[in-house]
Amino acid sequence: MLRLIQLELQKLWLNKASRVLIIISFILPFTVLILSSIKINFFGFFTLELGELGIFNFPIIWHITTFFAAQFKFFFAIVVVSMIGNEYSNKTLKQNLIDGLSKKEFILSKFYTIVFFSLCATILIGLATFFIGMYYSSYTEAAIIFREVDFLLAYFVKLVGFFSLCLFLGMLVKRSAFALGFLFILFISESIIYGLMKWRIDGEIADKIHNFFPLQSMWNLINQPIQRIVMTKFPDKVDMAYDYALHGYEVAIVLGWTAIFVLLSYQLLKKRDL
Amino acid sequence: MEAILTINNLTKKFGYLTAVKNLSFTINKGNVYGILGPNGSGKSTTLGIVLNVVNKTQGDFHWFDGTISTHDALKKVGAIIERPNFYAYMTAEQNLKLVCRIKGVDYAKIDEKLEIVGLLDRKTHKFRTYSLGMKQRLAIASALLNDPEILILDEPTNGLDPQGIHQIRQIIKNIAANGTTILLASHLLDEVEKVCTHVVVLRKGEKLYSGRVDEMINSHGFFELKADKHEELLRVLEAHNTIDKVKVEDELITAFLNAPMSASEFNQFMFNQNILLSHLVKRKESLEEQFLQLTDQQ
Repeated sequence: MLRLIQLELQKLWLNKASRVLIIISFILPFTVLILSSIKINFFGFFTLELGELGIFNFPIIWHITTFFAAQFKFFFAIVVVSMIGNEYSNKTLKQNLIDGLSKKEFILSKFYTIVFFSLCATILIGLATFFIGMYYSSYTEAAIIFREVDFLLAYFVKLVGFFSLCLFLGMLVKRSAFALGFLFILFISESIIYGLMKWRIDGEIADKIHNFFPLQSMWNLINQPIQRIVMTKFPDKVDMAYDYALHGYEVAIVLGWTAIFVLLSYQLLKKRDL
Repeated sequence: MEAILTINNLTKKFGYLTAVKNLSFTINKGNVYGILGPNGSGKSTTLGIVLNVVNKTQGDFHWFDGTISTHDALKKVGAIIERPNFYAYMTAEQNLKLVCRIKGVDYAKIDEKLEIVGLLDRKTHKFRTYSLGMKQRLAIASALLNDPEILILDEPTNGLDPQGIHQIRQIIKNIAANGTTILLASHLLDEVEKVCTHVVVLRKGEKLYSGRVDEMINSHGFFELKADKHEELLRVLEAHNTIDKVKVEDELITAFLNAPMSASEFNQFMFNQNILLSHLVKRKESLEEQFLQLTDQQ
């Protein structure tokens, strides 16, 4: 396993474009986090300090940081599709196989790298959240600090699932730009199908089916926290309450998709004449 | 003899097109094999199948004694196909390191093999800065990294300039001299003739011949002759019963043999007939002539 990860990391790290994208995808979420946690003084008129809003309180901070950090996953998604696209266009995939890598090992080296990257991103976000929280949070009892730490798990599963989808699309169309295009088409068609279902059949059933769609199921892992922030300000507005917690079945659906994408990628490679 | 690669009734269809038809042959250790055939005769497809990049339709093949999986067997094989495929943004050394990682070979081999192909002084240069000849030589170095039991080369001199072709040929000859089994696919016959001991001839995916180069067609060779008494020489040749047929091109007479006969024996005979030869060469058909005869026959 180590050998396969080393192999892939060498391919990625020596490539300038993917190196830059990897660094960006790690650093950008942090800059945003740190920027939002400092006091910004607007020329003495007023000071904007997001910390004052209570968004850096435990346990809600786990929800907020993982939600916003997840929006930066697109940078690594580009890396994932290009690491497949390049192997096809340079024919290095063919050479790798001739050199004695099995097709299974090839897919696994990509998948392990995805898991490795997601793990690094999760650990970093976890640490950063912890420290920012310790600095700002009004509550520092261990029970409260670690109450919603499962959002980290959600973040990790979401990244692995999303990148596995990119891996599959990359294998499917062999060209990085087209793969990203496909991703966009998938995003749109999920909404369209959802809309059609809602219109044609019962809304509740449509919602249920919609939750099984790949992108929607990943989205469901970390629900948007805005509503929750507003709720903390107006606790009496009961009609705003919604289910933002992480559920076991949500994780299971995304893990199911991950398995499907990886297996399909392998099947595609196995069937193909290179 | 120890078999390295055994192919049994291999067939590959691309839709309606049959690229390889019921092909069987065996590659034994220590020989230098050529796969001959015009473009589109199924050479590259056959190699692609045994190298795990093209899926077979029917039949089977196995490497060595057939006890290890194809991808593990390939770790003991060195192969380059058509054009060199490397990561353009890596240096030669980094590219070879990657291959070492795949094959599970020690990095110490890298310098040794770059030395063989004469690229040691360029090892820190990026692959994209290489000329085609250098890329091809790097590919050979890469294929040699694991000290392979067999080296497979598919059109190794395609697109190279004469100097590059010469360099690659020299490298192949040196490798063959070390006793490494080589399988060389090419449509350039003189290339195969210069290095190979055995050939497999393909046409439209079917095997026409496999065996030693010198046994490819039943032939005892021919004489190229010139003499001042041109007409007389022709008359004597017609009458001679080991001479099959005679071809005349200007002054030069080509006489084909139907039974073994040495040049000195022939010279003595002519001398006895009172014909003095001004030119006498005994030759065997070149691979090209043999190949054309073989493909014409069937």
